[in-house]
Amino acid sequence: MAKHILRCTVNDEPIEVLVQPYVTLLDALREDLGLTGPKEGCGTGDCGACTVHLDGEPVASCLVLAMQARERSVRTIEGLAKGTLHPLQDAFVRGGIPQCGFCIPGVLMAAAAVLGRHARPTEEQIRYGIAGNLCRCTGYTKMVAAITEAAASMQEETLR
Amino acid sequence: MRRFELALPRSIDDCLKILSERGSDAKVVAGGTDLLPQLKNGLLKPPWVIDLSGVAALRTLHNGNGHGLRIGPAVTARALELDADVRHHYPALAESAALVGSVQIRTLATVGGNLCNASPSADMAPPLLALDAEAVIVGPRGQRRVPLASFFVGVRETVLADDELLLEIAVPSPGPRSGGNYLRHTPRRELDIAVVGVASQLTLADGVCAQARIALAAVAPTPVRATAAEDALTGHAVTPAAIERAADLAVEAARPISDHRGSADFRRHLVRVLARRTLTTALARARNGRGED
Repeated sequence: MAKHILRCTVNDEPIEVLVQPYVTLLDALREDLGLTGPKEGCGTGDCGACTVHLDGEPVASCLVLAMQARERSVRTIEGLAKGTLHPLQDAFVRGGIPQCGFCIPGVLMAAAAVLGRHARPTEEQIRYGIAGNLCRCTGYTKMVAAITEAAASMQEETLR
Repeated sequence: MRRFELALPRSIDDCLKILSERGSDAKVVAGGTDLLPQLKNGLLKPPWVIDLSGVAALRTLHNGNGHGLRIGPAVTARALELDADVRHHYPALAESAALVGSVQIRTLATVGGNLCNASPSADMAPPLLALDAEAVIVGPRGQRRVPLASFFVGVRETVLADDELLLEIAVPSPGPRSGGNYLRHTPRRELDIAVVGVASQLTLADGVCAQARIALAAVAPTPVRATAAEDALTGHAVTPAAIERAADLAVEAARPISDHRGSADFRRHLVRVLARRTLTTALARARNGRGED
């Protein structure tokens, strides 16, 4: 099977990597690029642990062929913080949100997409936006609170 | 994942060329949310996969201005969910798109994939049937148009030949005094598959129902229209009693199976309830002029 050359942007860096035609974006990120933040939970799009942004929108990277990301921009949890922790990460750390932690990279990327669409999201908008992320420790209530807090601190930052 | 070769066409002509060479050995992938799980679990074992993501022409959504919608097959559920024109004039379609999977799935999943995978429970099929949509199909012998009601042949089977591609879904304008609604029953709201789905579209004229279309998901091998219920409404005032009668008749179109999602009797009950609710909402929207003008 002939490998393909995947050219795309990952966390703002242009990359070029040889991939098998049948490899998922998740596997290319983890195995070929060493970005192990996105996790494989179910492998069928049900759990959201593999959530990354593709052209700024959240997707289940276990359901994307690596070559479908060609000429597109990918952002993983590793690219969420810029210098200091992203306000969402900060709120999750301070609130002690991660329990086992496996779902957290996906939840943060889904939450970042919610904040990209709504500067001050309602609880319903937050729950709708992270409904595709399963947390087996069932820590949803504190997640919603932390996302609300992060939205508020980002607004303060903009006003300052 | 099973191994396969991947074709990356950049145009519709490229797609047709590859399909004519390898159509019988290939599966087409758009969003991949239905196909990839089947490639992973070995249900499908195609030697070739043809990726449509490089063909921009398949992602266009042309909205109406009174002439209906033309939806490219690779338009995503998320795009339909968020499109202001679709939400306002084709609310049943926007509602069905918003129910698919989760945000992460809807950003990938396409309307063409939902139709071509031809699951009996496909959420976007009933609203498009109720809107009298047509599938525009292209192949080596040119284009043909197939009413969506004739597009589905059986469970996961459509009229598409191996060398053909779904080019567009054409949705006629429902007119100014028309309204629609889609509801489904699932045990949980997100990431679930319809136990039953019902779409209704009503058009009013001179105080009576000029046209009624009702379509059902997950109660037959294909999505189906409930024609007896439609006929009972057409030409009459849409009273609560008429809606009750139509909801009872809608059950006649259902040929449900019993499975882990629900018994056949429960599904028939759901058809009646969801038909009543969607007709009631469709009527209110038609009176408010929610159709395209």
